[in-house]
Amino acid sequence: MLITTLSFPEQLVLTLAALILLTSFIMLAQVRLDSLINTFAMQGLLLFCTTVLMAVISGEYHLLISAALTLFLKVFFIPIRLRRLVIDLDVRREVEVLGNPFLIMLFGTGLVLFSYYVALPIRALSLLATRNTIAISLAVVLIGMLIVISRRKAVTQVVGFMSMENGLFFAALVSTNGMPMVVELGIAFDVLVAAILFGVFFFHIRTEIGSLDTDRLNRLTEVEK
Amino acid sequence: MIALGLTLLFPLVGILLLGCIGHWRCAGGVNLVISIITFAAALFLAITIFEHGPILSAGKLFYIDAFNVYLIVLNAFVGMTTAVFSGPYMAHELKIGRVDDGRMRLYYSMYQGFLFTMLIALSTNNLGVLWVSIEGATLATVLLVSLYRTRESIEAGWKYFIICGVGISQALFGTILVYFAAAKTIPGKNEGLLWTVLQEHASQMDSGVMALAFVFLLVGYGTKVGLVPLHNWLPDAHSEGPTPMSAILSGLLLNIALYAIVRFKMLVDPALGNHLAGNLMMGFGMLSFSVAGLLLHRQTDVKRMFSYSSIEHMGLMTFAFGIGGPLATFGALLHMIVHSLTKSAIFITVGHAAHIAGTQAIGQIRGLIRTQPFVGWGFLIGTCAIAGFPPFGVFTSEFLLFTATIKSYPWLVPPLLIGLAIAFAGLFRNLQPMVFGEPPPGQQPVTANMWPVLLHLALVIWLGISIPTVLADWLNQATIMIIGKGVL
Repeated sequence: MLITTLSFPEQLVLTLAALILLTSFIMLAQVRLDSLINTFAMQGLLLFCTTVLMAVISGEYHLLISAALTLFLKVFFIPIRLRRLVIDLDVRREVEVLGNPFLIMLFGTGLVLFSYYVALPIRALSLLATRNTIAISLAVVLIGMLIVISRRKAVTQVVGFMSMENGLFFAALVSTNGMPMVVELGIAFDVLVAAILFGVFFFHIRTEIGSLDTDRLNRLTEVEK
Repeated sequence: MIALGLTLLFPLVGILLLGCIGHWRCAGGVNLVISIITFAAALFLAITIFEHGPILSAGKLFYIDAFNVYLIVLNAFVGMTTAVFSGPYMAHELKIGRVDDGRMRLYYSMYQGFLFTMLIALSTNNLGVLWVSIEGATLATVLLVSLYRTRESIEAGWKYFIICGVGISQALFGTILVYFAAAKTIPGKNEGLLWTVLQEHASQMDSGVMALAFVFLLVGYGTKVGLVPLHNWLPDAHSEGPTPMSAILSGLLLNIALYAIVRFKMLVDPALGNHLAGNLMMGFGMLSFSVAGLLLHRQTDVKRMFSYSSIEHMGLMTFAFGIGGPLATFGALLHMIVHSLTKSAIFITVGHAAHIAGTQAIGQIRGLIRTQPFVGWGFLIGTCAIAGFPPFGVFTSEFLLFTATIKSYPWLVPPLLIGLAIAFAGLFRNLQPMVFGEPPPGQQPVTANMWPVLLHLALVIWLGISIPTVLADWLNQATIMIIGKGVL
């Protein structure tokens, strides 16, 4: 498939997909908390642009409601709240040491290849011109998971978690032009509640162990010592 | 239809009401009254379904059939009996200063919130709403797990939040794939997630996409079922939260997640036309069953020990649904009921035992039968029931399951038997000293309300000796729905 044979809006969607994947990789390597949150907001903004674009292309204007929700939640509410929490807890300038940045990035790249492999049967079936995007959305989900697994700070884990949510939203958007409205609203509600609960947890973790390093939450083990 | 509305309305009212008055002294009573009304409404709903067959609500958002209605009744019932126990238990926790007024409001409000989200998950016809409400059930309980704000409970809460959140995201991806496959075959755009519509078109859906979707769904909802190797959150969440929470988490939440997997299996099987979904479930089930049985031996906390026993039983049920014959499915459905009843009874007893001993450490709970015979005997009988002794219902369902296994997979019987023996040994080596040992000097009985335990165990014995015709009919109908033929 040559990219130049696609129509202009399709090329735009593909470009946006590539940029979303790029922001995922930036988050994977970003060690400073405030920059990380900014990158996350950036990913939300790209997602918002894609949603609006898809709404215009497909003529399904209910997508504009999802776009508004995305703009509110992922670009404003969650990043602003995270930023305020980070300032309140005084960890804004904290730098997180990555285990082995090179290996983690390599692993991330591996996940993208894996996603393309997994998505083969779907891409063969898809009638939408945006076939690559399903593989990319799966890659965003998996990289989000990698962020949650490889990082130690609670804030970073939350950003990884929310970025998985972005990947899922993107998958629904490009594969089927979004989910039915009732489901979209339900998911947005869950994300909102989760974002509030995370804030509550930050304070609890901070009071209890004096930092946000989830590595130090290590009292409970599978086999008692 | 009215019955369904009432069943869902009362917990919703409960969330709001108890969110305001949860710290009053009568809050436990209010919680109980709401749970009783919910149970009554659920019974009314069950009778309606029994007389008139499945109902589909206007707008097709809710669908009640034989499979989910019995789980709705079970859900409301265990919610009710646990509320009986929860009132005095939480009053005791308030008295000894482990919780304060604000947290009591949170506790009661979220107790109802949890029941509400689970009832929605069971009654909905929309697979997207199913996901939203199961995630909602996680969110409702996550602050309850960390209710005591100790270092351990916060760790447990965080683990529960992150592992279940990440896990269940996979299930959403699976749901999106199902919707994608449906969009190719089903004309109505907004109908592609409705279970009833999907079931009609199941055999026309693309097999490659459905197989991929099922893998994601099994991993996602499997995290919530507590299948090994995705089970790490479960013992932590069950052991660190308040005991009534452990009872309903273990007795109900795990069932709902398994219910979701089985619903999807019913869609995937006709689409694939082979036994892939069943084989995956058998593999995961067998692994969970074996690993949990071994880990039982290494526990020093009594609630953790019984959490591993829950993983073991959920593994067994997943395995049974995976085999997929009428007998195995019937056994698994029965096992869902008896496991819920027995396990919640055990957690209630364990709650009393922990109050008597002042700790949850197995090594320090001693001589229950001498200090407080009622609690001691309840503990002993409950554990016998969960270990699968006749005449309890767990024996019946496990017997059915074994019969089915011998028929279709004889070579799997030895590992199953060995697994059961290992789990049995693990439970009893710890139980023996706790019940019969020498009580430490000065150990005092506590005010214990053992009625819920008695009721649950009586029901389990009843189900073990003779399953009432009504229930057997019901389970048979559900079996017919799931795999196409019944046992009766």
